[in-house]
Amino acid sequence: MEVFLAAAIVAGTPLLFATVGELITEKSGSINLGVEGMMLMGACIGFVVGLATGNPVLALGGAALAGGGGALIFAILTVTLRANQVVTGLTLTIFGTGFTRFVGQDMVGAVIPGELRASFAKVELPGLSEIPFFGPVFFRQDVFVYLGYIVVILVAIYMFRTRIGLNMRAVGENSGAADASGINVALYKYAHIVLGGALCGLGGAYLSLVTVPIWQVDVVGGRGWIAVALVIFASWNPIKALFAAFLFGGLGILGLRLQSMGVHVSQYLVDMIPYMATILIVIISTMRNRKEGMPPSDLSNPYFREDR
Amino acid sequence: MKKVLSVLLILALVFGLAACGGGETAEEPAGDEALKVGFIYIGTKNDGGFTQAHHEGTMAMEEYFGGKVTTIIKEGVDDTDKQAAKEAALGMIDQGASVIVACSFGFMDALDELANDPAYADIKFLHFSGYKMNDTNFGNYFGATEEPRYLSGIVAGMQTETNKLGYVAAFPYTEVQIGINAFTLGAQSVNPDVEVKVVYINSWYDPAQEKAAAEALLAQGCDVITQHCDTTGPQVAAAEKGVYAIGYNMDNSAVVPESFLTAPIWHHEEFLIATIQAIMDGTWTPESYYGTMADGYVDLAPMTDLVPAETKAAVEAVKAQIIAGEKPIFVGPIYDNAGNLVVPEGTTLDRGGIWETNYLVKGVTAVQ
Repeated sequence: MEVFLAAAIVAGTPLLFATVGELITEKSGSINLGVEGMMLMGACIGFVVGLATGNPVLALGGAALAGGGGALIFAILTVTLRANQVVTGLTLTIFGTGFTRFVGQDMVGAVIPGELRASFAKVELPGLSEIPFFGPVFFRQDVFVYLGYIVVILVAIYMFRTRIGLNMRAVGENSGAADASGINVALYKYAHIVLGGALCGLGGAYLSLVTVPIWQVDVVGGRGWIAVALVIFASWNPIKALFAAFLFGGLGILGLRLQSMGVHVSQYLVDMIPYMATILIVIISTMRNRKEGMPPSDLSNPYFREDR
Repeated sequence: MKKVLSVLLILALVFGLAACGGGETAEEPAGDEALKVGFIYIGTKNDGGFTQAHHEGTMAMEEYFGGKVTTIIKEGVDDTDKQAAKEAALGMIDQGASVIVACSFGFMDALDELANDPAYADIKFLHFSGYKMNDTNFGNYFGATEEPRYLSGIVAGMQTETNKLGYVAAFPYTEVQIGINAFTLGAQSVNPDVEVKVVYINSWYDPAQEKAAAEALLAQGCDVITQHCDTTGPQVAAAEKGVYAIGYNMDNSAVVPESFLTAPIWHHEEFLIATIQAIMDGTWTPESYYGTMADGYVDLAPMTDLVPAETKAAVEAVKAQIIAGEKPIFVGPIYDNAGNLVVPEGTTLDRGGIWETNYLVKGVTAVQ
């Protein structure tokens, strides 16, 4: 059981980064459906930098820059030029797919050097890893996973306990009111779209640097779309996103584990559970109509000061 | 103005992508008499697996003929979209291709329609892994992968200590089941106690999920992992656990040296060179080609140094028998994993019989 849960966290970590990234983007009022594309770009550039330098910090920095760079394209198009967010996001996904295939075309089969792989080896956190049950599940992971925990905590504090975070939420809830109170709406949107993209890039890099540290095309395999659904599942709350990502990670590999144990449960049914759960959560939160579980009111509305 | 600019930028993104991933034309300038051959791939030519294996065959064929043959390649064509496949083929015909090779099962119906259209009677169509053909200009080709699979099973059966072998498979259908059965029979031929555990991932290509499937098998005590899916994910899982892996399509001895034993591989150039030569000579007639190890079309990748000498010798001995035609793979009595007799004693499955497989043999654990 502990082994399975530890594996679920590994499977959920790419989802966690991407979900928190998309969550920040959506909280500031933009829906960026380019998560898959930004994850791919992060996976690719993170791999390129890791391969060239062997340095984990530079590799993660490259991945974040690539994801952020993809998001910057989205921000220019949707915030400054006010293009349709859904169309632009989908285009970004297609662009990211082509970009990684192009950049990675001569890199297929390349292997991340041993010293870089070693820096992403499992580390037992002293003390914490001795806690019964929770220790082996949560605290015998690699540093990238720990980075995920830290990101969630920082984002939660930022969103709910700082003035800038409050301003950011104000932009997402009502851009007009935020503008009237002197918040630079465009700047906030730009900053959070790019920050969100950088986190998506890191999520992709986990797949190419840690999970299978050998370059192959399309490593993300649709996880970006799951992240978009997870934001709704987590009702725009980073702490809930942590558990949601690990839950989806676990459900994603549950079918494989059951098969290997010879348990006769349809794989297709297991694969459906996360999505049925998402639909259920959307229905429940709509019925309860509580403010916390609802999307930001100005989500996906471009802001025109002149139209106010 | 800004709207116009945004539309332009979006278009630039889309066309930027098209420029990155679009079709590629021949590398060498074509002479007037050069035969143009168009290839339709489902994946990218550098996917590290299925399509790359085929592309290496394509390149070897082109090199063999020097300047006499040029190729046009269209990558990433959706094989569930008949129209896309037809458009790819017609685009190549417009560019002067007189032979169209389509390298995925799903392209079959598109090729069938074009081949039987009188407008394209002069074009030759070759289809990988399908069963449709005609008498004039449409043939198909595939390989007897059960032969190298059986050999890889011998390697696994002699290598295992837990007597549990893990098999990461794509989908539960005939081609995959034939592979699992051949692998299992090979392993059982040297180690009757061996058990093969199968996990289906319901995808051909997902590195992380394939790795997760292999990890699930490793958690059940498997100590040799093999696969019928396209990425190195399962091999990485085996390497991290310190056990052995048998790949598919590609010789990955340089990629995962710490665990890679061998892999069933293809030599598509064997078929392509002979067929293109026959087309150029005007002697070609449509056939349903089934390349064997004797033909050199399928093979077992060189076994790495992780394989002990006596195992290598045992495998080579059986390989020689198979090539000599003395060692059919599916010989009765064969029982399925529910205990039913599926191949009676004294019966040997031929190609037709093999491709009617809809069961897994005794010793295989799978949920489907």
